[in-house]
Amino acid sequence: MVELVLFVAFGTAALFGGITMVWARNPVYSAMGLMLTMFSVAVFYVSNAAHFIAVVQVIIYAGAVMTLFLFVIMLIGVDTDEERRENIPFQRPLALGVLALFGAGVVVAGRLAWVTGPPAGGQPINGTVEAIADELFRKWVLPFEVTALLLIIAATGSIALALFRREVAE
Amino acid sequence: MTVTPGWYMALAAALFVIGAAGILLRRNALVMFMSVELMLNAVNLTFVAAGRELNVIDGQVSVLFVMVVAAAEVVVGLAIIVAVFRRRQTASVDELAELRG
Repeated sequence: MVELVLFVAFGTAALFGGITMVWARNPVYSAMGLMLTMFSVAVFYVSNAAHFIAVVQVIIYAGAVMTLFLFVIMLIGVDTDEERRENIPFQRPLALGVLALFGAGVVVAGRLAWVTGPPAGGQPINGTVEAIADELFRKWVLPFEVTALLLIIAATGSIALALFRREVAE
Repeated sequence: MTVTPGWYMALAAALFVIGAAGILLRRNALVMFMSVELMLNAVNLTFVAAGRELNVIDGQVSVLFVMVVAAAEVVVGLAIIVAVFRRRQTASVDELAELRG
């Protein structure tokens, strides 16, 4: 019962945040809408007993990533006069048609594949730090190491971009 | 009435479609980037719901990996957007048409 109330309330909030993000002309409002959606998704993680993931979601996504977005919006300024006119003719109706088709496809696929009965075990696995680390450092340790490589490449890449920009400016 | 994982998957599908709409309909590079983040979040929600359905924890581990990749992607992507803005004074993707043949 509690889960149903939470799902309805925060599901509405998540959809509202997502639509706000796409609809708003001002990028700051878009960022706020996305933040609302990310907090709602964190609540859903808690409902699914993924407690550690929920904490990480709030810290990394709603905290770090959104702060970075707002920082860049501050840096490059708010550009509200985005043209509604498209360069490619019929792009907008075509895009809406493709989206409707995709939504319908998801619904049809869901009828076939989603198992909508209650979970087999009843109580979901508790996603504590211990449970996740146990899996992460046994079964997934090689992908975990590759992630470290990826992070180093990303950091090096952004530093290289910053240096390259200074050379061009001079 | 209990909330089954299927409900979460339906919500995630709706969020994914909204994110795709943002990619297709908006021209501001920053907002398009935020739409990508929304789509990643929708997929993460699917992972967690499926992990609960199947009673395994691998779904949550996958979410952790997706988050790391998304964080790396945000750093590089925003650096590119700022670099482009320094040169062209715009964040609109329609203005960047130099490579047109």
